[in-house]
Amino acid sequence: MAPAIRAHDLTKKFGSFTAVDSISFEIEEGKIIGFIGANGAGKSTTIKMLCGLTKPTSGVMEVAGFDVAKHPEKVRENIGYMSQKFSLYSDLTVKENIEFYGGVYGLSRNELKDRLSWVIEVADLKGRENLLTSDLPLGWRQRLALGCAVLHHPRIVFLDEPTSGVDPVVRDKFWQLIGQLSGEGATIIVTTHHLEEAEFCENILMMHLGRIVVNGSPEGIRKQFSDLPLFEIETAEPLKVFNMVEQESWITDAAIYGNNVHVYAETQGPVEALDEVLKKSGIADFKIVKAAPTLEDIFVKETRPKGRAPNV
Amino acid sequence: MKRILRVVKKEFLQLRRDKRMFGMLFVAPVLQLILLGYAATVDVKNIPIVICDLDNTKESRELLSHFTSSGYFTTVAYIDDVNQVDYYLKSGKAGMAIIVPVHFGRDLQAGRTPQLAVIADGSDSNTSGIGLSYASTIALNYARNIVVKRAESYNLIKNANDLPQVVAQTRAWYNPDLESVNFMVPAVLVMVLMVITLTITSLAIVKEKENGTIEQIVVTPLHDLEFILGKMIPFILIGMVEVLLVLFVSVYVFHVPLRGNVITLLVLSLLFIMVALGLGLLVSSISKTQQQATMTAQFFVMMPMLILSGFIFPIENMPRLFQYITYLIPVRYFMEIVRGIFLKGDGFADLWPQTLALFAIGVVVLSMSVYTFRRSIR
Ligand SMILES: Nc1ncnc2c1ncn2[C@@H]1O[C@H](COP(=O)(O)OP(=O)(O)OP(=O)(O)O)[C@@H](O)[C@H]1O
Ligand SMILES: [Mg+2]
Repeated sequence: MAPAIRAHDLTKKFGSFTAVDSISFEIEEGKIIGFIGANGAGKSTTIKMLCGLTKPTSGVMEVAGFDVAKHPEKVRENIGYMSQKFSLYSDLTVKENIEFYGGVYGLSRNELKDRLSWVIEVADLKGRENLLTSDLPLGWRQRLALGCAVLHHPRIVFLDEPTSGVDPVVRDKFWQLIGQLSGEGATIIVTTHHLEEAEFCENILMMHLGRIVVNGSPEGIRKQFSDLPLFEIETAEPLKVFNMVEQESWITDAAIYGNNVHVYAETQGPVEALDEVLKKSGIADFKIVKAAPTLEDIFVKETRPKGRAPNV
Repeated sequence: MKRILRVVKKEFLQLRRDKRMFGMLFVAPVLQLILLGYAATVDVKNIPIVICDLDNTKESRELLSHFTSSGYFTTVAYIDDVNQVDYYLKSGKAGMAIIVPVHFGRDLQAGRTPQLAVIADGSDSNTSGIGLSYASTIALNYARNIVVKRAESYNLIKNANDLPQVVAQTRAWYNPDLESVNFMVPAVLVMVLMVITLTITSLAIVKEKENGTIEQIVVTPLHDLEFILGKMIPFILIGMVEVLLVLFVSVYVFHVPLRGNVITLLVLSLLFIMVALGLGLLVSSISKTQQQATMTAQFFVMMPMLILSGFIFPIENMPRLFQYITYLIPVRYFMEIVRGIFLKGDGFADLWPQTLALFAIGVVVLSMSVYTFRRSIR
């Protein structure tokens, strides 16, 4: 099957600043894809280029089998886009927004009726149809925005940080909705700050400073990075342990999680060295375990400036 | 087509909720017209005059009573000595002096051409100009054969028999009643129409840019042209309602006679509205924020147009260069059209050059605005 999206050597510059730095990737039809990265990583810019909202400085993109530069109108018929900033009409009601977008997408009267009740249902907006969207709580607004973006059953759906700012309950509901859309066969591209959301994605692309630093399925990535020099120290005195290990020059990073201290070393196999350090400082009760890296660990490692200690 | 109607409907829904916009659309123009219309008439009413009746006959008194009852003049003094005119004008106690020479009544009776001197304070050329023309008209209405003589300066007058031989011209050829309101109200109509349409359309697109809603539109299959048309149609309709509203006030409140055809006026107003919309959309497309759009519309579009339209300064009095520039100003043509239809009863046959010019400007402006809009959203 042809990929839903193909990007080759995509670059976007704002003046002399490079927001997206010659990235290439392919996205398989029907998958849920997560673009993950910190503020300013270039996620939104990438998505906007794919939707035809901004022109790339260079590079080629194919979305739904169409060249974005040459056939933007074909691309638009096949995509749904939900922008990072709420961009439905806040001075229209829920129903008016849905009707407007339905009309703009060229739905027939019957289709529109169907979709209207579908959106009202999935966005949990029953009884609020005649509320101005500006009066809706954020989580509801976001789901309405998603509903409006997929009224026309697009093959590819772009969601730019749909869950930022909403509470965990609404976030889960949102992901259920994404799962439902995916079940209907849509390819879904989601951007997020939250690494825990990566677990809901079939594939993730970690972005950093305009580049894709890691690309793969969550398990695949974890497997790929399974030999990271990562350790967990179980102890009754986590603060003391933390203070000790942090002073060691070969420890790149350390963090306290409850009774655990996570340690990220520079080299492989320093269990003995760690053991020695802790024993020397008189901490008796501890246990060192080699830890499997989480996506967060991997992300942190991949986005850390090379050759420099963190927390400096 | 269905999609355009969707956009139209959306615009109306939004408009309905925008109380401020609503007021601006339907209350402001009427208020503006009434204020400006009255302002236009007030300044030429009650010009203080000093009257010197050297004849003092039935005829002279009759004529002077026409002046005093006209409503345009307030008599500050009756004098017997021509030399006192100097004092009244110089001190500003009077803006104009009317001198009826000896033998006025006798000449009139004999069918000869009597003379009437009207001396104006030259420092306020606007008022004196209007005052002089009123005076001419009043005199003419009293007796066709009176020649009104005008003295530029009171210094020229040594005695009543030595009046300078200048015949005052009736300034407003097409407005023989010399009701300034007839001349001004059509112009105010033009200005109000321009200001309103330009102001609201200049916000039309930039508002969507500022709120980010345009992004959501751009990713839909809606074409740029459908979007622009959908935005324009409501404003065209509103513009036409404005025209009717303002026309109504002009005719029924100010009693300005509409000599030409209403349909011609409406059709050409539609053309002008399109031009104004084009300008508004152009401003909206090049602006990033609503505030910027408003500023641009006010200072770079409306102000120059107001000044160069002939509304404030007559075009004939402008420096050559500016006279040429006025040919690019759509308001200039529409002003001529509206005054032509109102005051002269002009039809298409008389107004085709202005119509053509407006049309040409409209085509250029609209193409430019569509082009810049397309560039601004990608
Ligand atoms: N129109 C623009 N002009 C100049 N710089 C821009 C523009 N848009 C984005 N940038 C810059 O490009 C970089 C990438 O921005 P982008 O919005 O793609 O990041 P992001 O990954 O979506 O971040 P966030 O999580 O904050 O949404 C940022 O440094 C941003 O300041
Ligand atoms: Mg973003």
